[in-house]
Parts: sequence; C-alpha cells; structure tokens
Amino acid sequence: MSVNATSRPTMAIAAGKGGTGKTLVATSLAIALDAHDPGCMQIIDCDVEEPNAHLLMQPDLPTEAPVEVLVPEVDLDTCTRCGACARACQFSAIAVIRQAVLTFHDLCAGCGACAYVCPVDAITEVKRRVGTVQSGHSDAIDFVTGTLNVGDQRATPVTRAVKNRIREDLITILDAPPGTACPMQETVEGSDYCILVTEPTPFGLSNLQDAVETCRRIGVPCGVIINRDGSGNDGVERYCAQEGIEVLLRIPQDRRIAEAYSRGETLVAAMPQWGEKLVEMYHHISDVVAAQATKEGVS
Amino acid sequence: MKVAVSSRGTERMSVVDPRFGRAPYFVIVNTESGEVDGIENPGALAGTGAGVAAAQLIADAGAEAVITSALGPHAWAALKSGGIQVFEAGRGTVDAMVQLLLQGGLAPLEEPNADLKAGAARFGQSPDVK
Repeated sequence: MSVNATSRPTMAIAAGKGGTGKTLVATSLAIALDAHDPGCMQIIDCDVEEPNAHLLMQPDLPTEAPVEVLVPEVDLDTCTRCGACARACQFSAIAVIRQAVLTFHDLCAGCGACAYVCPVDAITEVKRRVGTVQSGHSDAIDFVTGTLNVGDQRATPVTRAVKNRIREDLITILDAPPGTACPMQETVEGSDYCILVTEPTPFGLSNLQDAVETCRRIGVPCGVIINRDGSGNDGVERYCAQEGIEVLLRIPQDRRIAEAYSRGETLVAAMPQWGEKLVEMYHHISDVVAAQATKEGVS
Repeated sequence: MKVAVSSRGTERMSVVDPRFGRAPYFVIVNTESGEVDGIENPGALAGTGAGVAAAQLIADAGAEAVITSALGPHAWAALKSGGIQVFEAGRGTVDAMVQLLLQGGLAPLEEPNADLKAGAARFGQSPDVK
C-alpha cells in the first residue's frame, strides 16, 4: 500500500472539547503517512493559543516570522471628536468620550472601518505584532506552528498566517484548537475534510454535536474518531449512526497509550500497529474527498 | 448633574445591576431637574468590548458620573479619560443609590475592580490613551 501522490488533501483535526486526543491523532497520522511515503506530509499546529504538537514531534524550527495586524492611530490635531469611528467599530476598540480618544488594540479586529469612515482622515492604520509563525521540519515532515502573543485575545490573524503556509503539493494536517469558536472555524474553513476526535461520554457527545453542526455550516465533510473507546456509553455511536456520520476509527481505552503519550510519544511510536490503521483511514478519507470533488465538478 | 446607574430596568425604582458593561439598561438621572431616562445597553450582548461600549453610551447620553458595582480595566480607562466619575453602588434601587450619592454616602471607585472579560482569566493591555 502506498500513499496516493496525486491527491494532496488538507485535513483538519478538531473536537468540540479539549483533551479528546486531537494532537495524538494529528501527530500520529502525520508520522504514519510519512513513514509510508517520506516527504509527503505537512503538519500545521493551528492551536495558536496553546500550541503543543511540537512537544511530540520535536521539530527543528529555524524560520520565524512575525504576524502583524493593522490597528488605528489617531492624529488628535486633525480629529474633530465626531465619534464616527466609535460608531463604526463593531468591537468597541475605539471610543470618543468627550475630548478623549481611546484605542484598545487588544479588542481591534483590524478591519479598518474606523479609518474608512473618518471624515477628516485623522486615522492611519499602523502595524502591530500579535504573534509569531515558526516553520521547519520534524524528520521529513514539514512543520509549521503559530503562537499568539500572551495577553492578545484575537487568535484568528495568527491562524490565518499559519494557514497561509499550506503547501498544495503535500498532504496537510491542521491540528485545530478545541471548541467550536472562531479559532476552530478559521482552521476548519477551506479544509477538504475534518476529523472530529471525541470521547464516548455524554460530555463528549454534546461537544461532538456542536462540532458536527459547525462543520456542516462551514460546508466541510466530517468523520469521527472515538478515542478511549470502551469507556463511557454508546451515545456517540448511536448519534453517529442516526446522523449518518462515519466512525473512521476507534482508539481503545488503553493504559499503554496514555502512558506513552504522557512520555511525549505518539500512538505509532508506542504501538506501531496503529500506523497501518491510520494509513488505511487516510486512504478512505482521500477517496471521500475525491468523490466529493467529482460530485462538485459535475454539479 | 446627570448620573448613569447600571440597572435591571428603565425606571427610577428599577433595581441596580452590579455589572457595568453587561447591565441590560442604564437609568440616567438628572439630579437637578429630577428627569429620568432609561436607555437600553446594546453592548450587554457584545462578544467583547462591552465595557467600552457602555462608557461610550453613557458619555453620549451626557452622564458626568456613574453608579455601578463592577467594571473592568477597559471601561475604567474610557470613563476616566472622559472625566466621568465612578461611584460604587450598593444593593437597592436606582433612586436609593442616587439619594445616597447626593448625601455623600457612596464611595468613589479608585481603580477598576473587575477583570478584563471577568470569568475568563485573561490579562488586559493598557489602552493607548490619547
């Protein structure tokens, strides 16, 4: 079995909640596929608020680039205090309180509406650094990771910056941040497929439902990996059957996996037999993506 | 003097809401004329920046002082730079708070007393006050 070199999909690994095994799956899948076809893989850690894929993959990251957003700077001599900027801002990142003009750069989305509506052109947009993109390799795997500056609240500019590094000629795995809010949506959007990792518990199910709904709205096909299978109940299985969502893989509740992970080892490093299963899963996803592309091409 | 009180309702007898940015209404009381105006706070449901939006709202309504219980660093910076005084509310109605203020029974707040995005442990940055 060899990895199909003509199809290079981008797969997001996401979950409605943290700690379900996203990074375990993302790193293990990257290593398994790379073992079959060295040099075919790219992994991008999109959890820029708490990146952790590098802990398991120990990449060499020689390249570093800043991520900058545009924020307003107000020329107070020109400003008439009309307040048009404050009314235009959807994030309350600029306020005109009596004679004071305040900008809150940590709230700013960098949309430029304030500068656009200013009737006297008192606002210039200046660059502000919000994070960093690092890139390099872990063995033959192309590795990209982003970090949001501590104290900054808007992760999506950094997520976009790491996603700009997606290479079409490689199979790309995007390790998504937990939850279903903007940073997760920014990661999943534009992917060919989304693998949702969940636990077979009521909590896992509830968060899975949110994640499935999010994928459907974004228009990205998804399948489920049940991690710690055998614990909890059959709620996730029943939900997936009922909704016609494919269960791609079941990773059993196994102390050896947990022990290996706690030592910073991936699933495939600890139990090499999982490599084959992950490659098989990839082939299946690749077929689903190809079928989807054909369907969209026809319609 | 116009005083803005964070409130659950729009009237003089409405109950004070302890939150500044997330209060559903502000009651603006003119202490000279006795005129009362209840205004909705659209920022109550904002994702972020609720405190700044509320400061802008009450400043635009002409308030020179605020009575509320909890406000964060952004709202604090906005009110302070606009020269709007903040007094710490107790429990009760808008009317009771305004009476207390007039009798000198409310303490001015000297610094923000709630976290940025209270509940989510995040650290704010100082705004660039111009």
